[in-house]
Amino acid sequence: MLHVGLEHYLIVSTILFSLGLFGIITRKNAVMVLMGIELMLNAANINFVAFSRNGNYGLNGQVIALFVIILAAAEAAIALAIVLNVYKTFLHINIDEIDNLKE
Amino acid sequence: MAEQTLINIALIIQLLPLFGFVVVIFFGKRFKKIYQLEIGILVTAFILAVIVGFFKLTMYQHHDIVFSFPWFDLGTLPVLGQLHFDLGITLDNLSIIMLFVVTLVSMLVHIYSIGYLEGDKRFNRYYAYLGLFTFSMLGIVLTNNFLTMYVGWELVGLSSYLLIGFWYEKDSAADAGKKAFLTTRLGDIGMFIGIMILFTNYHTFTFSEIFHQIAIGNLPFGGSSWLTAAGILLFMGAVGKSAQFPLHVWLPDAMEGPTPVSALIHSATMVAAGVYFMARIFPVLDGTVLLIIAVIGALTAFIAASIALTQNDIKKVLAYSTISQLGYMFLSIGVGAYPFAIFHMVTHAFFKSGLFLGSGSVIHSMHGEQDMREMGGLRKKMPITYWAFIVFSLSISGLPLMSGFLSKDGILLGSFAFASLTGHWLLPFLGFLVAGMTALYMFRLVLMTFHGEPRNQEKYGHAHESPKNMTMPLIVLMTLSIFIFYTPNPLSPEAGWFYKWIGESETIVPQNTRFEFMQNSEAAANTESSVKEASEKENISDGEEIIYSEQYMEALHKDHIPALSLSIILAILGILFAYALYEWKKIDVEKLTKRVKPLYTFSLNKWYFDELYYGTFVAGTIGLSKVLRWFDEKIVDGLVNGTAALGRGLANISGFVDKYIVDGLVNFTAFFNGFLGLALRKFQTGRVQSYVVFVVFSLFVLFWIFI
Repeated sequence: MLHVGLEHYLIVSTILFSLGLFGIITRKNAVMVLMGIELMLNAANINFVAFSRNGNYGLNGQVIALFVIILAAAEAAIALAIVLNVYKTFLHINIDEIDNLKE
Repeated sequence: MAEQTLINIALIIQLLPLFGFVVVIFFGKRFKKIYQLEIGILVTAFILAVIVGFFKLTMYQHHDIVFSFPWFDLGTLPVLGQLHFDLGITLDNLSIIMLFVVTLVSMLVHIYSIGYLEGDKRFNRYYAYLGLFTFSMLGIVLTNNFLTMYVGWELVGLSSYLLIGFWYEKDSAADAGKKAFLTTRLGDIGMFIGIMILFTNYHTFTFSEIFHQIAIGNLPFGGSSWLTAAGILLFMGAVGKSAQFPLHVWLPDAMEGPTPVSALIHSATMVAAGVYFMARIFPVLDGTVLLIIAVIGALTAFIAASIALTQNDIKKVLAYSTISQLGYMFLSIGVGAYPFAIFHMVTHAFFKSGLFLGSGSVIHSMHGEQDMREMGGLRKKMPITYWAFIVFSLSISGLPLMSGFLSKDGILLGSFAFASLTGHWLLPFLGFLVAGMTALYMFRLVLMTFHGEPRNQEKYGHAHESPKNMTMPLIVLMTLSIFIFYTPNPLSPEAGWFYKWIGESETIVPQNTRFEFMQNSEAAANTESSVKEASEKENISDGEEIIYSEQYMEALHKDHIPALSLSIILAILGILFAYALYEWKKIDVEKLTKRVKPLYTFSLNKWYFDELYYGTFVAGTIGLSKVLRWFDEKIVDGLVNGTAALGRGLANISGFVDKYIVDGLVNFTAFFNGFLGLALRKFQTGRVQSYVVFVVFSLFVLFWIFI
């Protein structure tokens, strides 16, 4: 019988994190990048819960995961507001073309 | 008339020409006729001088009127000692006579110049200079101390310079002025040192105080040789100013000035200042100095007379004649016959200024021609000038009934007596020789100018007698060249008033430095007691001591007849020789000059003095300046330039270090930073995603390092 252990969770979260990172780096669209960030946050959440269940930490991991979810929601709200403003300024949201920071 | 009144009048006489000078020099441009003020001043001064002279010589004949006031007092200073300066004027018979001569000649020259310089564009300035000269000359005449004597001495030098170079557009006139000023200056240096020797010792400039100190045996630096040195140095001043032998070269060149100036300054007054000065300080001249003076005087008289024989320029002849006559005066002072020196100075002032004014009259009518070879036959055209010339020439040649005879005879007699006592026979020999030569060259001048056929018909045609204001002074001077003004006995100079007024020569130098015949026999026997006695007497220089020994007086009387007849014979011989050469043509002049060719050229070229001085002193000075210039250019400038080059080299090195090392470092830092910036700039793309890639990459690197 296949036993789902800690390492499986970690592998899933790693895959998820990598996908998120890949999305951040490669996507042009700012919304897609935000989605990548959500993925990475969730991968971290999985790690918190997994370690919390396998270790003697009580419910600490789950609580932090909840915090992260709340944080992610807030972050999504702010980030989307920024994206809206970016669109207002540049009339597009292609993140690779926005390099004003350079100057 | 009270003494104070006479002093006041004398002061007025002296200051009037200065006033005239100031007024004319400042207002001469605005008022064209202002020169008349200057002439009026001189006439006034002359009248006042006559008044002063009359009262002085009648009321105070044997009493000197001295007026002196403290000028400033510095108290007693460390090292320098007591310093207080008195100024003042002396009215004794000597200065009264000179005052009369100076004002008279100056007045006549002022009047004469109206005609001579008519139409000159600097007419007023000319009169201003004449006023300055008269003031300075009176300063010399009236002073009672060495200080104002020296000031006046330099001022006459200055006015002489200004007047010689009056026509400064001519290079020769400007050069002559410079030459005169520098040459006389050479003698003045000696005079200055001499005065300083006396001042250092006695802390006073006043004549009478210095004489008093010497009379009581207080010698400079305690040695009689210092007194001799001071005497020689003071004589140097006279040599320069009176154009005596080594320094005589300036006077002939000074003839570049206007002729009336030559008459006033370069024959009658300024050049006689040396004689006057020597007479003033005669009491302090000791035997050695007197002998030097006599020798220089005799030599000068001979040299100048020999040059005058061959000159062709009418003024040059007169210039050398002046030098020669001045030599006579110094000879006379040197042999101790100083009353005759003064006598000759006075008579010479009249007949020589007359000769110069007469030659000016000739030159004026010949339109500036000065060469006697272009003249001739002027007797008919200019009778007044001619007769005046004849009188003056007879006077200077020393024929009886003339003033020149009396004074010259006195000098020859003095030198004769001197030689008979001391054995210096060369002095009277030269004196008598020059007497003959004088007659010869004077009549050569007269005959060439006034007799014979006119050699230049064109100029002769223009010739005419000069206007009245030019002939009047000639007539006055002609009258004054006759014996009656000086003595009732035309054959004996000693009978004259001069001898009475000037008195016998006095000397106060220590007994052992005098000539033997001048020693006071009683005092010589006991010198110490005489010094003590003398120190108790207050007014020792008032002539209480009898200085001339009986011996000298006896010799004077004994030699009178031979000396007198010899001088008359020589003068007549000279005149006859001149007539034989130029009037009767008994002797061919050409042949004679050819026979004595070397002597003739030697004399014609003025004994090559100018060439000699040019070759030695002038060339020496120029050579020295060249050496100094080389030194300046090569060594001094070289040092400076070397320092500069060294500095520049160092600066170059320093610049190189700055440019390539210091700046290089700075620039390199900048460049390096720029390069780094350029390199790092590549990473700063501004794109968020690339930053993320860097972060991830770095994370991987960190992981790889730490795990």
